[in-house]
Amino acid sequence: MNKPLRRVAIFCGLLIFSLLLRDNWIQFVEADSLKNNPNNRRIAINEYAQPRGDIIVDGKAITGSTTTGGDFKYKRTYTDGPMWAPVTGYASQAYGTNMLEGVEDSILNGTDDRLFFNNTLDMLTGKNKQGGDVVTTLNAKAQAAAFNGLGNKKGAVAAIDPQTGAILALASTPSYDPSTIAGNGKNDQANWQSLNADSNQPMLNRALRETYPPGSTFKVVTAAAALDNGLYSSIDQPTDSPLPYTLPGTTTQLNNEGNIPCKNATLRVALQYSCNTVYGHIGAQLGAAKMLEEAKKFGFDQPIYTPVRAVPSNFDQNLNAPQTALSSIGQYDTAATPLQMAMIAAAVANDGKLMKPYMVDQLRAPNLNVIEQTTPQVMDQAMSPQTAQDLQQMMETVVNSGTGTNAQIPGVEVGGKTGTAQHGVANSALPYAWFISYAKTSSGSPVAVAVVVEDGNANRDDISGGGLAAPIAKSVMEAVLNK
Amino acid sequence: MSSISTTTITPVGAPNRRNTELALLVFAVLVPVLAYANVGLAKDGSVPGGMAGYGLGLGLLAGTAHLMVRKFAPYADPLMLPIATVLNGLGLVFIYRLDLEPAITTRALGGPKAPGQLMWSALAVALFIGILVVLKDHRILQRYTYISGVVALVLLIAPAFFPAINGSKLWIVIPGVGSIEPGEFAKIVLAVFFAGYLMVKRDALALASRRFVGLYLPRGRDLGPILGIWALSMVILLLEDDLGSMILYFGLFVVMLYVATERTSWVVFGLLLASGGATAVGLTSAHVKVRIQNWLDPFAGIAQHGASEAAQVAWSFGSGGVLGEGLGQGYSRLIGGIGVKSDYILATVGEELGLAGLMAVLLLYILLIERGIRTALAARDPFGKLLAVGLASAMALQVFVVAGGVTGLIPLTGMTMPFLAQGGSSVVANWALVALLIRISDTARRPNPIPTPSTDAEPTQVVRL
Repeated sequence: MNKPLRRVAIFCGLLIFSLLLRDNWIQFVEADSLKNNPNNRRIAINEYAQPRGDIIVDGKAITGSTTTGGDFKYKRTYTDGPMWAPVTGYASQAYGTNMLEGVEDSILNGTDDRLFFNNTLDMLTGKNKQGGDVVTTLNAKAQAAAFNGLGNKKGAVAAIDPQTGAILALASTPSYDPSTIAGNGKNDQANWQSLNADSNQPMLNRALRETYPPGSTFKVVTAAAALDNGLYSSIDQPTDSPLPYTLPGTTTQLNNEGNIPCKNATLRVALQYSCNTVYGHIGAQLGAAKMLEEAKKFGFDQPIYTPVRAVPSNFDQNLNAPQTALSSIGQYDTAATPLQMAMIAAAVANDGKLMKPYMVDQLRAPNLNVIEQTTPQVMDQAMSPQTAQDLQQMMETVVNSGTGTNAQIPGVEVGGKTGTAQHGVANSALPYAWFISYAKTSSGSPVAVAVVVEDGNANRDDISGGGLAAPIAKSVMEAVLNK
Repeated sequence: MSSISTTTITPVGAPNRRNTELALLVFAVLVPVLAYANVGLAKDGSVPGGMAGYGLGLGLLAGTAHLMVRKFAPYADPLMLPIATVLNGLGLVFIYRLDLEPAITTRALGGPKAPGQLMWSALAVALFIGILVVLKDHRILQRYTYISGVVALVLLIAPAFFPAINGSKLWIVIPGVGSIEPGEFAKIVLAVFFAGYLMVKRDALALASRRFVGLYLPRGRDLGPILGIWALSMVILLLEDDLGSMILYFGLFVVMLYVATERTSWVVFGLLLASGGATAVGLTSAHVKVRIQNWLDPFAGIAQHGASEAAQVAWSFGSGGVLGEGLGQGYSRLIGGIGVKSDYILATVGEELGLAGLMAVLLLYILLIERGIRTALAARDPFGKLLAVGLASAMALQVFVVAGGVTGLIPLTGMTMPFLAQGGSSVVANWALVALLIRISDTARRPNPIPTPSTDAEPTQVVRL
């Protein structure tokens, strides 16, 4: 009987051997594809198995983590969520991440390669994997001033440091609290659905992701183009501007708001009173190509990575003469994000040198080692220093004795420009109120700000950049100046 | 040949290896105890409170069993008891570990299972000792050949009269006491019947046969009874939808018949029958069709009705990788349901101990199985040989069917991993199986009794020439 017994022994050995082979197949050869299958819940469980790193403003975390009873152990929390939402975005167990939470996700959740050394050490010492921190350039006081200034109004504020490009404030209203959608429960789902169904679009980041016709604030760009191209040698030289002005090649007259002294006005006076006729005429004279070139130098027609992406502001290509004239006063298809308009004010305040806007100062490992430090970068020389200084004089005139007097700050030189942009079919919708400005001290300009207010609960006449937007810009500048 | 000297050859007792067994047992107890501590440290950072009790309990069980083996089966194979102990101990650790997952330890799923399993393990070791004490010689079982056949049938058919649990009729339910899965015992009883019957009839089966299409077919009166009982059990299992046991009993039958008759034609015949039967069942049974579809594509239909258990099991294994997540740090609870602690327990082993750990566990099984077959080789009586090889190959087939099903090598059939999986009947039956193997190996390795000195013969001498 022993011969069959030996064969049975071999047969049993083969049975187990086939199991060993199969085990190698699924746990070695196929292991990675099984492990990383998108339906494998372990991926999400691991993502939330440790608290995320924090987003830090002025040395204090504006985010946090809390434990949940469920599968996903840690859930994101936010301090002053609605105020900071345009900066942080959300990190939701159910709906993913966006804004800084999305762009810096790998640092915050600890999977970034640059944290590898840290993680390996932690693994050896038995500590849990930790996420790194994102240190921002934002200024909590300026942000609060912007957010509170907007209040119940629909609008956005962007403020940057002209000398470095560091973003100081980024507010958008109406806002939302990302804490309410951070989990993956029924409440989070209901909140998510109602936020998405809301016609006021509370989850839209208006400071970076929405473009508005900039209206008269765009005249700063047109004035820079006129001076840089030598159309006029001085800001106090009378321009050859007709009144009334008929758009070239049409019978349509371009109007000014009210009866203001615009015929042959100087660049300074035309900006002081916001003469559409003067700047429309300048744009038509310079032509579409030169206007486009100037707009691009300020950052139009390209996305800007702060590192959160700001959508491209638009200045059309291939415009005909009347379209160029309208575009040069910030109408027609011209549209800009609040960040873009703040960059214009910043370039003027920084003597023409446009700094690349950024909001992440440092990426920090859990042990506080800096793994990436942002250094300010020049984005472009938007105009000559002489032109910039001329424009500063013009914008300061606007605030001292023009449409922007609401932005005056005692003891500080403030330059600004108002805007009231028409939009809608036949300009029937309520206009957008704009204000862009900068403040200047003896050591250069510490802040440039752009404010847009979308709605007007008040009647149409009251809406003007000077009335609605300038006070908000003022309080943001004061917050930065520490007044 | 230089070392040969003129010596008198006298019978020398083979080393009984009891001390080897004791040393191995120390490890067999230590490994699960340390694993138990590991679970606690991983789950809540401290050594679990029940640690001392658990260690003492397991040590006491193993120690008592060892002492009883020393006394009642001193020449037994030294590996079987330690392997059974370590597998049983690890099984308890894994069940305890899964008990710590609230999602699969709800009241509806019967709450924590580790305390019950520990109780059943104690009962199983008691039965193990009982068999060693009562059954002085395995050949006694030979007397009960036909009774065994009937008992096996009764055990198999009994669950049909009790309500189904989780959709299959595999249990005898005694209200207030619990449920017994008689199928686990039936495999042992059936092996006894096959061994007893084949021992008597093997010559008739092997020689008095007619040649038919290249195969030797035995006479009907020789083959009839065994074929009848086997066929009946197949029909019963088919009706109970217990495919795993069908494969097990079928394989057991073919292996024992082959060993008894030494005719390869039985293997050919058996394989033909098996593939025919498998095809027929696969085509007719809706239950089996689902199993086969799940096996072919475990990831089908995730979008419509979520991940199947098969998919979750595959992800468990994959996520474990080569070295595993570590005890207590896996997510095999995602498989859900009652199967995690029983049918799918290998998925937890694979995820938390990794490829390395699971291969080690599989090697423990093959070691136990091959020691069983080694016992069959060493056994001096045909009944012992047949019974040992039957029991060992039954375990091999069961391990193959369970592990193969869980790892996706073959379609999944519901059976439990011997010793490792949660289930009282299973652990009791498998300890009984090991007790029988130990009894046979003790008889096999026991030195021949010293012959009474012959008065008219001097001891044989080897003389240097």
